[in-house]
Amino acid sequence: MMKILLVEDEKELAGSVRDFLEKEQFLVETAGTFRQGLEKAAAYEYDCILLDITLPGGSGIDILRSLKDMQAKANVIIISARDSLDDKLTGLSLGADDYLTKPFHLAELNARIKAVIRRNRQQGDEMLTAGNLQLNLSNRSLKVGDDEVQLFRKEFDILYYLLVNKNRLVTKSALAEHVWGDHYEDADNLDFVYYQIKNLRKKLSGADVQINSSYGVGYILKAL
Amino acid sequence: MNLFSQTFKYLFVSIFFIISIWSVILYYNLLYEIYDSIDDGLDNYKLLILQKADAEPATLLKTTFDESNYAIRPVAREKALTIRDTYQDTLMYMPFENDLEPVRMLTTAFFQSGSYYELKIISSMVEEDDLINNLFWSVVALFLILIMSILTVSNVVLKRIWQPFYRLLNHLRAFRLESGHDMPAIRTDTKEFQELNQAIEVLISNSRQAYENQKRFTENAAHELQTPLATIIHYLELLLENGSLRSEDVQKIAKVLQMTEKLSKMNKSLLLLTKIENRQFPTAEEVDFERIIRQNADVLSDLAAFRNKEIPITVSGRFVHPMDSGLAGILVDNLIKNAIVHSKNGNTIGIEVFEGGFSVKNTGDSLPLDKEQILSRFYKSSESGSGMGLGLALVEAICRIGGLSISYEYDKGHLFKISKK
Repeated sequence: MMKILLVEDEKELAGSVRDFLEKEQFLVETAGTFRQGLEKAAAYEYDCILLDITLPGGSGIDILRSLKDMQAKANVIIISARDSLDDKLTGLSLGADDYLTKPFHLAELNARIKAVIRRNRQQGDEMLTAGNLQLNLSNRSLKVGDDEVQLFRKEFDILYYLLVNKNRLVTKSALAEHVWGDHYEDADNLDFVYYQIKNLRKKLSGADVQINSSYGVGYILKAL
Repeated sequence: MNLFSQTFKYLFVSIFFIISIWSVILYYNLLYEIYDSIDDGLDNYKLLILQKADAEPATLLKTTFDESNYAIRPVAREKALTIRDTYQDTLMYMPFENDLEPVRMLTTAFFQSGSYYELKIISSMVEEDDLINNLFWSVVALFLILIMSILTVSNVVLKRIWQPFYRLLNHLRAFRLESGHDMPAIRTDTKEFQELNQAIEVLISNSRQAYENQKRFTENAAHELQTPLATIIHYLELLLENGSLRSEDVQKIAKVLQMTEKLSKMNKSLLLLTKIENRQFPTAEEVDFERIIRQNADVLSDLAAFRNKEIPITVSGRFVHPMDSGLAGILVDNLIKNAIVHSKNGNTIGIEVFEGGFSVKNTGDSLPLDKEQILSRFYKSSESGSGMGLGLALVEAICRIGGLSISYEYDKGHLFKISKK
């Protein structure tokens, strides 16, 4: 079981993230202050540390610095309310693996955590599988059974996102934000997502996975 | 009117009046003195002539001026008694000048050896006339020389004295509160400028403090909102996964989620707008807009395709401008999105890149938008749907700090044109 340390001072946010990650079968420990965070990060080994920057008692950047000094091999994802390039660059240069700006979607956090962990355990090609479906992340190709299926860039991104969040509800806006970034117009009209899903479903007709629509709110990918 | 011409204007006017009044007084004073002296001379002559007439009675027969300056003529007693000593200016023919020349003439009467005589004595005023003439021109010359020298001296002096002021002015012009650099101090011995300098330093430090506070407040406020927003979004997402919800409840939760996400986006846009207006994007690099436009159009093509639209780009020139590339991206993205969202079925979108600018147009038979209002925050035309009205405000703010100008025109469609200032 994967162990995750969540260093976040806002209890409610920590609670929601914990809820979500436990459903993903992660073992989640939380730390609410700089001290706690530093102690736990130094004492135990985690597969991934989610690190807030503004903490009571100090800055998450300093925890990152100590981890680097100790040459600890934890994967760190910074979660910050600050969308500042300086913070990002400092964090990444101190060995953080990723940087996520609040507010984020839980599905996005899930995808980032899994990507970080996968990257560090990589042997050969990075693969995501579900049923007879094999998504090769290294050369961005898809195999259904033994057949190669051609995907457009955005179809690939959508399928990847749904596969990472397998059996979980991915809201349309989370999907739009992941695939289209900040470019999608506004939260009111996300019908263009459906357009892509429709094409993807056609291409996956031979696979034993299914993309279900959930009350028009989002999609769930399930293995049959 | 600059300081120099202002000063000169007042100096000129006052000197003009002072010199004019002064020269009038001088003129009359001199004139009075000249007449006084001439008249005294004539009086003196009169005494000498009377003495001479007493000694040499032949003198009494000199009835014309001829070579001398007096003439005597017998008059009746009654007439003689009416004659008082009078001095008058008159003209007399002068052979030397071959013309009538001004003379001063004393007319008097005297009694000798039982007869009455009238005596006229003259004194030439040619010299005095010249003197007055000279005087007039001297005054004019004096006035001109005075003005010229004041002009020169004040020019030099003013420039020298006000030099610290102009340096201060240049520093102030170049000063940017948000750059964080202090204004270079100016060295001056003039007390007033030292005080001005101090006053400016105090003003700057106060403004900087207010600016920092305001910046921190807006940033912090927006940032503090992000965590609760994240929490709300997370719990709603978790709630949606709950299988035991009724369909209509799911719809309601989805609406709340949608609104929360909208709130979050609005918060982000406001934060960005604040950052732009606080000029927190000091980096400038040469941005090739054609590349940025192609990138953004590519990403937005899905959005357009869903609405059965294409985003054709025509290029007739290069548009490269030094600015923050991230902001350039936001600028282009917002304009294209705006065009896509606001064009209805059957309308077309067109982007044109030309030398020194680009334009984004979407055709439509809808009404022109309010030119004054369109770029302000939260402006919504009646027919625009769900946008939150910050997109074009962002565009405007980016243009303003990026040294670009934006114009809106309506010609069978909405046309936004961005160009170098």
